[in-house]
Amino acid sequence: MSPKDLARTDRAPLLQLTNDDLMPLPAPLDSPAKDEPWHSLAERTVAACECTLDNTCAVNIPRPKSRQEEEELVRSFLAGLEKLFSKENNWTFLKPLLLTMEHCTRCQTCSDACHIFEASGRSEIYRPTFRAEVMRRLYFKHVKGGGLISAWQHGDIELNWPLVARLIELSYRCNLCRRCAQVCPIGADNGLVAHELRKLFSQEMGIAPKEIHANGSMLQLKTGSSTGMNSAVVKDNVSFIDEDTAERTGLTVETPWDVEGADVLLLHNAGEIMAWPENPGAFAVILNAAGIKWTLSSELAGYDAINYGLWYDDVQFARVALKHAEIARKLKVKKIVIGECGHAHKALSVIADRILTGDLNVPRESCMTLLRDIVMSGRLELDPTRNEFPVTLHDPCNMVRLMGVVEPQREIIRKICPEFREMEPHGVDNYCCGGGSGFAIMSGNNFPDWRFHVSGRKKLQQVLDAFGECLDPETPKYLCAPCSNCKGQLRDLLAYYDMWEKHRILYGGLVELIVNAMTDVKPGFIEWEWH
Amino acid sequence: MTTLLYGFIYLSLITFLIACVVRAVRYARLPVNLRWELYPVPHEDARRAGYGGSYFENLDWWTKPTHANRLGELKAMAAEILFLHAMYRHNRKLWLWSYPFHLGLYVLIATAVAAAAALPIAPLAGILGCVLVMAGTAGLLVHRIGDRELRNYSAPMDYFNLCFFFATAACLVLAHGPGPVEVARALLTFNTGLSIPALEAVAMAMAALLIAYIPMTHMAHFIGKYFAWHAIRWGDQPSRDDRSAAGRLAGYLAFKPSWSATHIGADGATPWSEIVTKNPTASIPEGAKSK
Repeated sequence: MSPKDLARTDRAPLLQLTNDDLMPLPAPLDSPAKDEPWHSLAERTVAACECTLDNTCAVNIPRPKSRQEEEELVRSFLAGLEKLFSKENNWTFLKPLLLTMEHCTRCQTCSDACHIFEASGRSEIYRPTFRAEVMRRLYFKHVKGGGLISAWQHGDIELNWPLVARLIELSYRCNLCRRCAQVCPIGADNGLVAHELRKLFSQEMGIAPKEIHANGSMLQLKTGSSTGMNSAVVKDNVSFIDEDTAERTGLTVETPWDVEGADVLLLHNAGEIMAWPENPGAFAVILNAAGIKWTLSSELAGYDAINYGLWYDDVQFARVALKHAEIARKLKVKKIVIGECGHAHKALSVIADRILTGDLNVPRESCMTLLRDIVMSGRLELDPTRNEFPVTLHDPCNMVRLMGVVEPQREIIRKICPEFREMEPHGVDNYCCGGGSGFAIMSGNNFPDWRFHVSGRKKLQQVLDAFGECLDPETPKYLCAPCSNCKGQLRDLLAYYDMWEKHRILYGGLVELIVNAMTDVKPGFIEWEWH
Repeated sequence: MTTLLYGFIYLSLITFLIACVVRAVRYARLPVNLRWELYPVPHEDARRAGYGGSYFENLDWWTKPTHANRLGELKAMAAEILFLHAMYRHNRKLWLWSYPFHLGLYVLIATAVAAAAALPIAPLAGILGCVLVMAGTAGLLVHRIGDRELRNYSAPMDYFNLCFFFATAACLVLAHGPGPVEVARALLTFNTGLSIPALEAVAMAMAALLIAYIPMTHMAHFIGKYFAWHAIRWGDQPSRDDRSAAGRLAGYLAFKPSWSATHIGADGATPWSEIVTKNPTASIPEGAKSK
């Protein structure tokens, strides 16, 4: 398999993985026969959509009805490619993109760092340089106007609709965790290449998975949240969470809304409110107990920290980031604290930083830092024996490798979880959960099979290794993942492999562990039930 | 003939310098990208840099004095430049050949300086540098041909470049004639009276051509790497500490993009500043949002 194969015109998928191909897992999944079976794509999907990359369909690209339509799509792709390399259209990432295009030595150092490439049994199409090499050849041939000499220098490639269609799917076979970029001796960034391709498809061709565009950033800009909750619904739901948390903890719990001049504007991923209400509930308990003057916002997008544009569209990204900053500015809060959501951390703290100038540059802080201060300063009475069960910590890439928030969460866990053990590797060398860059919320067709067998495989291996000596179902175990998208992926991954029923591995956030250890809270805040 | 050779060498050196400057200026003048750093960042304080932490770990980090650990950054740069540390750590089998190659180039640069200073060590250093380059390029070539994973992504130029280095170094070793000190003195004084045997003249011409050729290719990664590491991987300066940020952003927001997707709302005439403050759900019909 070489990059040129992406332009193959037959409709056979370039790859069809089976369990025998995959990276081996430790016990109890230590043979391909013990792994879960793959689902085939529905015939109507194969007939209607472009699924010729790996017989998996994440984006649902409709098959063009005519040669003319194919040619039009290729022309649109070429126009987008040109724009990707112009400062008027892509000033945001032009520099790193050009540096990556023009300096890769194809040493393949990045390949061994990629969890998807490794987990797939080193399948060529998932190699970090495969996608980048296709783009590089297209860049030199079509943007730089290369001829024969350019082909001799950089390699040649044919541009046709099958290549574009496969490239669209291939741009959604990377978690954008940038572990490949971290090890590159030159500084090339193959994760960025996937990011930029997604931008081209969205910003020029209007192509993006519906979960992150139509039901994601567009819904957030329309109703206020990708969950579909409007301001009234979110207030209602949080009020219910307050009541439920009060019942569970024995404390009075009240979430303040739209408090002008508050010290902290807390931005939750609204998915927490819908799927894991104990998380915002626990935040309320901790912040109130610590005496912090905090607030949530009921403004459009102000109660949902997500910013899916980060994964596929700079314009959508900027629109949401500006809304978040504007809300904080209007409320005159002292700082924004971002809840347990990795991509929201990076989006607002790091990536948006250079577009937030003047009074829009409201200070942004990770909740990990604030929580560490609360826990370590002794403002809460904590009893670590309440957390006497094996705990391991998943590092969200966006928070750790891409933002450098590594130790605060560890200091907390070391203080309140006597049976804490690290995954290996961890910290900035961590592996993605497999749900990064939108995958955690993408469940169309047979994509979940790919997400669990391939992109989540390395994390599953790490979890099984971390709990290797206590896999017995008699021992409940806690996988702490302080990030909503990671939790979504881990929930689905653990359920897929029946890890709760068979081995009592539960997942959850960090604040739940803190509240579980608070002595003035009724024991048993963490409910050992699958959810 | 000697005059022509000297002229060619000077021309090559000038070409090298101009091409490097053009390349560096081109990258330097590109718009400042959105932050895209990767941790560890070595100019963090030594404790945090050790595990990859950042100033974001400080409570109210914007109230704390910003302190860039330049020594840490210099140490990381030295390890990278002198020992190719990233490759040593992440791709040892390639480092075994890449390192002698790069070390050989450093020794040859040192040889040129030593020769210009008329130091007697220059001839020995020159041979050592060439041998290292030959060993490194030969190993890299064998590796690139023998390893399917590397071969699959190699363009003809990749093989040519390695052969070019090997052949030039081999010619320099095989050439018998005036040593580097004599050649350097003759070049610096433009003394065309120096008798240079044909093979040495060919070797010198090849070396000159190679020097001029490097910045035209991805082998100029020593320039790209500076920007990729300092401006991107380690580019963690908060914009609140950057006085030029607002002015620069105003310039970028005046750009008029022409992206065609409906939800963007670009037409080549509307600036970014308007596009990103527009809510696309207010004006776009439901069916036109995405394909």
